[in-house]
Amino acid sequence: MALAVVPPDAEQGDVQRLMYVHVPAAWLAFLSFGVVFAASIAYLRTGQIRWDRMAVASAEIGVLFCSLTLFLGSLWGRPVWGTWWTWDPRLTTTVVLLLIYLGYLSVRRVADSPSRRAHWSAVIGVIGFLDVPIVHMSVVWWRSLHQEATVVRPGAPTMDPSMLATLLLGAVAFSVVYGYLMAVRMRVGRLEDSAAGSLMRRPTPRAGLVAAAPRVDGGEGRG
Amino acid sequence: MTGSAVWAVAGKDLRAEARSKYALGSVLPFAATMLLAFGFALGPDRVLLERAAPGLLWLAALFAAVDLFHRSYQAEADAGALDGLVLAPLHKGDIFLGKAVAAAVQVLVLVLGTGLIVTVLFGLELSRAPLLLLTAVLGVAGLSALGSLFGLLTVLGRRQAALPVLLLPLVTPVLIAAIRATATLVEGSAGVVGWLGVLAAFDAMFLAAGYLVFGYLLED
Repeated sequence: MALAVVPPDAEQGDVQRLMYVHVPAAWLAFLSFGVVFAASIAYLRTGQIRWDRMAVASAEIGVLFCSLTLFLGSLWGRPVWGTWWTWDPRLTTTVVLLLIYLGYLSVRRVADSPSRRAHWSAVIGVIGFLDVPIVHMSVVWWRSLHQEATVVRPGAPTMDPSMLATLLLGAVAFSVVYGYLMAVRMRVGRLEDSAAGSLMRRPTPRAGLVAAAPRVDGGEGRG
Repeated sequence: MTGSAVWAVAGKDLRAEARSKYALGSVLPFAATMLLAFGFALGPDRVLLERAAPGLLWLAALFAAVDLFHRSYQAEADAGALDGLVLAPLHKGDIFLGKAVAAAVQVLVLVLGTGLIVTVLFGLELSRAPLLLLTAVLGVAGLSALGSLFGLLTVLGRRQAALPVLLLPLVTPVLIAAIRATATLVEGSAGVVGWLGVLAAFDAMFLAAGYLVFGYLLED
């Protein structure tokens, strides 16, 4: 649809078609990070390892689509805005968001035990998400006080119905992809855990210092 | 929250610092070296340096502070002090607040020292000193809240490199707000209250969040 059905944009021509991938990718990135937040809270409350698997699966997908968003936006910005990058609040917030979740993934590699890894990343999942609104607000203010050459967004105030339909279809399609990737990634996570569990019997986690120790249900991997 | 527990942890850290003088003896010179390097990078243009001064001040302070946060927990890892701290009959949130207060005092000293160097090297005007001090305190509190929370991971984990990767994006609001507030005060223009508000909101949010989640980081 994005290539065949929709007419090219009046001012931007065919480049504008990138929007049908860019916007759904951005939507998916935000959805993913929201899921990381919810799953992190659920993990901290229940201590069930499946919430951790869900959080990391969603974080990886979020990082992927956040990078895709920035990359496509940059490709689009070059011909339309005349620059790869501009310090627009939305762009800046998105790149900070990407860095926060790259930090999330890198901390997972530092932890020395699975339950510690789960606890740490859940804490980062919560703190990182809480940080996003305040990052966005400060970046918006920072921009509005810094009067430099602002790249004017070429206005497309009204959208052709076929464009809107394509965009919505894109969002739905990407959400389906998200569901599929989540299912695959969580299955991989389960299999990883059960493989690790069968290779070496991990010592059972000590009784938690603050809350209950997590239940490592590594054996439920489906073939 | 128990005030005495917080002060006990903070006091312990500050006594250790008073005896080792790590912040003053090693981290402040690091910040000074960085400022000199910034000067070389930007060139001797007086006007440019004056404009960049607030940003350079906070950047140097931030990078040096990361070292301090790491150091604060490294000291705990030596001789099993961390186990003692964890086993002490304290709320884990109080331990966090104590560590954060002690780190904040040290980072504040660091920022003031760095500010002095920036004033000399880059010609920063120290007008409206009480508000500048308030900016420093609020900015430092925000850095220390997240620094003391995630600094713990540097000693529990296998590598130290994760701290800057994690911390720098998260403290973006502190960096922006503190730099803009400082610049606004130095230039003598209006609008500093909004930035101080951002800093205060950040501090309240992450001191509270840190208090609640610190215990989870200690579990294994």
